[in-house]
Amino acid sequence: MTSPASLAHTVTPETLAAMRTDMLRFATLQLRDSHLAEDMVQDTMITALAKADQFAGRSSVKTWVFTILRNNVIDAIKLRARTVNAGDYVAEGESMDSAFDALFKANEHWTPAARPTDWGDPEDALREQQFWTVFDACLNRLPENTARVFMMREFLELDSHEICHTLSISMTNCHVILHRARNGLRRCLEANWFTEGAPAC
Amino acid sequence: MLSCKEVSYLISEEQDRDLGIVERMQLELHLAMCKGCTNLRKQMSFLRGAIRRGPPSDDDTPADR
Repeated sequence: MTSPASLAHTVTPETLAAMRTDMLRFATLQLRDSHLAEDMVQDTMITALAKADQFAGRSSVKTWVFTILRNNVIDAIKLRARTVNAGDYVAEGESMDSAFDALFKANEHWTPAARPTDWGDPEDALREQQFWTVFDACLNRLPENTARVFMMREFLELDSHEICHTLSISMTNCHVILHRARNGLRRCLEANWFTEGAPAC
Repeated sequence: MLSCKEVSYLISEEQDRDLGIVERMQLELHLAMCKGCTNLRKQMSFLRGAIRRGPPSDDDTPADR
């Protein structure tokens, strides 16, 4: 029988199957299309098996497979982003911006109710499955185009130059969109996870 | 002295670009006096860490840690 350690260093249908849930989450959150995400994960697994002999073992199988998946996601995002123009980001941003403005007094300091709270030791939450359900729901509540920019930055770990080049938006606009997304996400988590007895979203 | 709103942009942008020396000083000065923005910065850095780490997965056996 193969030990888990050696299994983790070989590309087999079993090692790929074990990563399937993580791959699906990664693809679904970014593509917002579960069928497309399923197809992409399936294609990625087939590609990985076909190229298994090219896996040099320098990284873990998971890192290697996720590199393939990541490239597939980037290609799909580039394709979709062609149909989005600068005005779409502005339109999405309007309600988020007015919600954000409402957090401040006239002098641009936090209102007492909106002042960001101390989340204590939030690392504990990362081990709880329920936290991730809330987290993913909060990500999905971000408007689509805003979320895409954020995902490119945080999930795909592209730098903002590459993002603004790919999406044909200005650097300033890119920073504004990222700020919006981060605030939307943190407000959602603050309301639905880090506050005792918070109302559901 | 920067407002909390301005500081919230710097806190976000420091995750995407290198802040200039003046921006950095203004940010630190504000944070030294503002609990809300200090919490905000911790929240933002938690978000980044959380996304990059992701949920605990089935195949994270102690063997491949």
